[in-house]
Amino acid sequence: MLSSQIKSNEIVFGSCNKDLLEEIIFYGIGLGADFVEIFIENTDNSSVLAEEDFITSVSPSFGRGAGIRIFKGKKDGFVSTNDLTKHGLMRSISQAIEMLDITENKREVFNGLNKHRDYSLSKKKWINEVPSIHEISEKLLVSTKSLKKNNKIITRKGSYSRNLQEVIIASSDGTYVSDIRLHQTVGLNVIASDAQYRSSGSRRFGSSGMPNEFRLWDHEKAANDVFESSMNMLYADYVDAGQMPVVLANKFGGVIFHEACGHLLETTQIERGTTPFENKLNEKIAHESVTAIDEGISEGSFGSLSVDDEGMEPEKSVLIKDGILKKFISDRAGELRTGHKRTGSGRRQNYSFAAASRMRNTYIAKGEHSKEDLINSISEGLYCKSMGGGSVGATGQFNFAVEEGYLIKNGKLTSPVKGATLIGEAKEVMPKISMCGNDLELAPGFCGSISGSVNVTVGQPHIKVNSITVGGR
Amino acid sequence: MNSREITTQISKAADFLNLKKWDYGASFSNDYSVQVDKGEAKQLKASQKQILTIRVWNQSNLVGITTTSDISESGIKKALKQANIASDFGNKNESTEFSPLAKDPIKVKEVKKRNPVGIKKLLTVLREAEVKLLESHESIKSVPYNGLSESFFERVYANSEGAFRSYSKSQAALYLYARAEEKNKKPRSSGSVKLGYGADDIDIESCIKEASNKTISHLNYSSIKTDKYLICFSPESFLTIINAFSSMFNARSIIDGVSLSNKNSIGEKISTEALNIYDDGLHEKNISSTPFDGEGTPTKRLCLIKGGRIENFIHSESTARIFKTTPTGHAGLGSKVSVSPDWIVVEKSDENFDLKTSLDHSTYEGEFVYIEELNAIHAGVRASQGSFSLPFDGWLYKKGKKISIESATVAGDIKYLLKNIVNIESSQEVTTSGISPHIWINELSITGDA
Repeated sequence: MLSSQIKSNEIVFGSCNKDLLEEIIFYGIGLGADFVEIFIENTDNSSVLAEEDFITSVSPSFGRGAGIRIFKGKKDGFVSTNDLTKHGLMRSISQAIEMLDITENKREVFNGLNKHRDYSLSKKKWINEVPSIHEISEKLLVSTKSLKKNNKIITRKGSYSRNLQEVIIASSDGTYVSDIRLHQTVGLNVIASDAQYRSSGSRRFGSSGMPNEFRLWDHEKAANDVFESSMNMLYADYVDAGQMPVVLANKFGGVIFHEACGHLLETTQIERGTTPFENKLNEKIAHESVTAIDEGISEGSFGSLSVDDEGMEPEKSVLIKDGILKKFISDRAGELRTGHKRTGSGRRQNYSFAAASRMRNTYIAKGEHSKEDLINSISEGLYCKSMGGGSVGATGQFNFAVEEGYLIKNGKLTSPVKGATLIGEAKEVMPKISMCGNDLELAPGFCGSISGSVNVTVGQPHIKVNSITVGGR
Repeated sequence: MNSREITTQISKAADFLNLKKWDYGASFSNDYSVQVDKGEAKQLKASQKQILTIRVWNQSNLVGITTTSDISESGIKKALKQANIASDFGNKNESTEFSPLAKDPIKVKEVKKRNPVGIKKLLTVLREAEVKLLESHESIKSVPYNGLSESFFERVYANSEGAFRSYSKSQAALYLYARAEEKNKKPRSSGSVKLGYGADDIDIESCIKEASNKTISHLNYSSIKTDKYLICFSPESFLTIINAFSSMFNARSIIDGVSLSNKNSIGEKISTEALNIYDDGLHEKNISSTPFDGEGTPTKRLCLIKGGRIENFIHSESTARIFKTTPTGHAGLGSKVSVSPDWIVVEKSDENFDLKTSLDHSTYEGEFVYIEELNAIHAGVRASQGSFSLPFDGWLYKKGKKISIESATVAGDIKYLLKNIVNIESSQEVTTSGISPHIWINELSITGDA
């Protein structure tokens, strides 16, 4: 259960906290803050790990805390605490005021909180609808058993985690909302070995707001996919390094757009002066075949939200339309400091982080080509069927590991290759995406950045990049 | 509640729930940090955090666990109840016990207790550092990533057999990453991190100088031809590689089948005889040192590689029991106990006759690639397969001149790398993650744009 015992002068989940929240906000405004925001959360999480044919870890956790943010001009002070009493929250306000060195008497007006927007009403039952630890354990064990397809598979793992987060958000512009978020994720991993050869395979699945989703998960299909991938890569040779055209598969292939371009379209990057796209609004930054979207509204997708962590409903933001930059991903601080309107993208890992402009479900829109069209158009290149992780550096350079890759020769897929990394810069690679497939699919992931690790979806159809540096041996 | 009161509270609640065997780990922290942007305060942060992890053993001696930030009386009771429920799913295949060393005396470094300097002073210091860095070279246009923080924390371990350990300490960190821009050239970025027990202990001037010098040194850049090169790893980059493949020394990874080593690898020659590697969490230069691990086992210096041969693995209580040895002080506290290294120290052994000592990064005039810093470790390392392909910052040295490498990756195999060490320079350098000299590798593949 997420509800706490009722105590006086303390935030109580599931109850009306309006008077207490107003009192705290009044206190902050009275001390000279331009803006006060309170984010309070109560979490109930659990994770289960199956290895080989045993459950080896069950880890429940719960907690609560508050993050208080105060703005004075464009400066902000953020204080987080586990103390949800009136005294504790007031003390946090005082600490933030003191940090910002606010002494002037000019006071903003606070007219009280608006009518409560409660997004949690239909979600309170979720905690009783999610699978029990027993049910999760049974299905994970069946899944790891399904991975035992031959004696080359030397390790088999299945993991599940469920995060239930109840939030209350209130701020001096009148925002007063509550919500419950549910995220479930399940993954399978194998390592295959034969003499000196080794390979691995992994797949992760995830959903938001769908308590029944784990029950519907097709573990047989997932196990077959992971097994096949590890077997295909077991005897693969290392790829030769060089510049070449590549075809990136759909689903998690979208991680490249997310890392290499998506982050550069967050207003936090404009604030830092680290995006080459800062002054490129309405200019061409990508090939005309590219339209890219960031949204938080696709039902059940891992990055979807009813309301962001600053109390705004998420919008569908067309970032790039036919190669032209149309919009940046913005939060409250981003709007204040860069002038780009909020997009319902203020997100944080938990109460101990201030919200920042972060991606949600981010993908390249589908085009008109088939996957075969893309591959047939290449005489020598690389097909990246499955991508590993990646990162983008301070100057915009990115690098991504290719988990499962195949050489393309004369328009056909040939031998598997390992050890490939894709290296480049968004500014140079975006104009080289010359063909987009018609098979858009999304995949869940976790994105770590300034406001912690948040759930996101990446995605794309199959895409062709005319030329990119492939790192290898 | 203080740590003694929490122990009493857990003990009482466990008695009430008829839980005879339990242990817990807790941490309490107060953190303060500032960031600036061209002289203006950008974000000022303060946080108060508390985390409690409780393990209980049920009547079948299976372990359950729960973690919470709610350290109230009701929170502790709820955590014990949840841990008890979780124990029904405890690992029947591998038991967990208290560490046999959880009551052994611990060695706590004598560190002068630092007091908070406060947000205002942190802000003043960081503003001044930013200004100095911006003024250090006309091409440095901004310091997009910067921060100064100080943390004060206490860690506790206790169990139902009377073990009780706690220690408290302070730590401060400064990071400055500058961005340099020149006309018709790509922006270049580099930086520096410095740690101290308190903000007043941080060598701010050297952090500014290092960030400036590194950034400026990359202004004159060129792409590199894809080929195999003689490589010199900086102390920092070599430690990055060793940490990325530390599963080779990790008993938990060996049991889980994700290590390149196996139970019989002790004594196996994996490198030149000139290489010694230790894990030394208590080293006097390790500012982040902790006197005990998650299971209460004292931290100690442990030899991992001696004369090129694997000497020891790092252990938790359960892996040590499986390997018929003693825990080494490298455990976390979890439902499945993790094992990880503390602070790696790399040194040249006495048996260094096979080294090419003429290879010295400051005097060698032949062609080689100097790897200053490796990036994107999480993406480019396949620890279970031994392979890596990583972007790096570095220089190509040719005929005594150096030029920054525009954009490149280094790829290879850890076993090949260790076996092809051709020199270990004599002088060691202290970094934030350990100590190492410069290490030379015969040949690794570099992919560049040229």
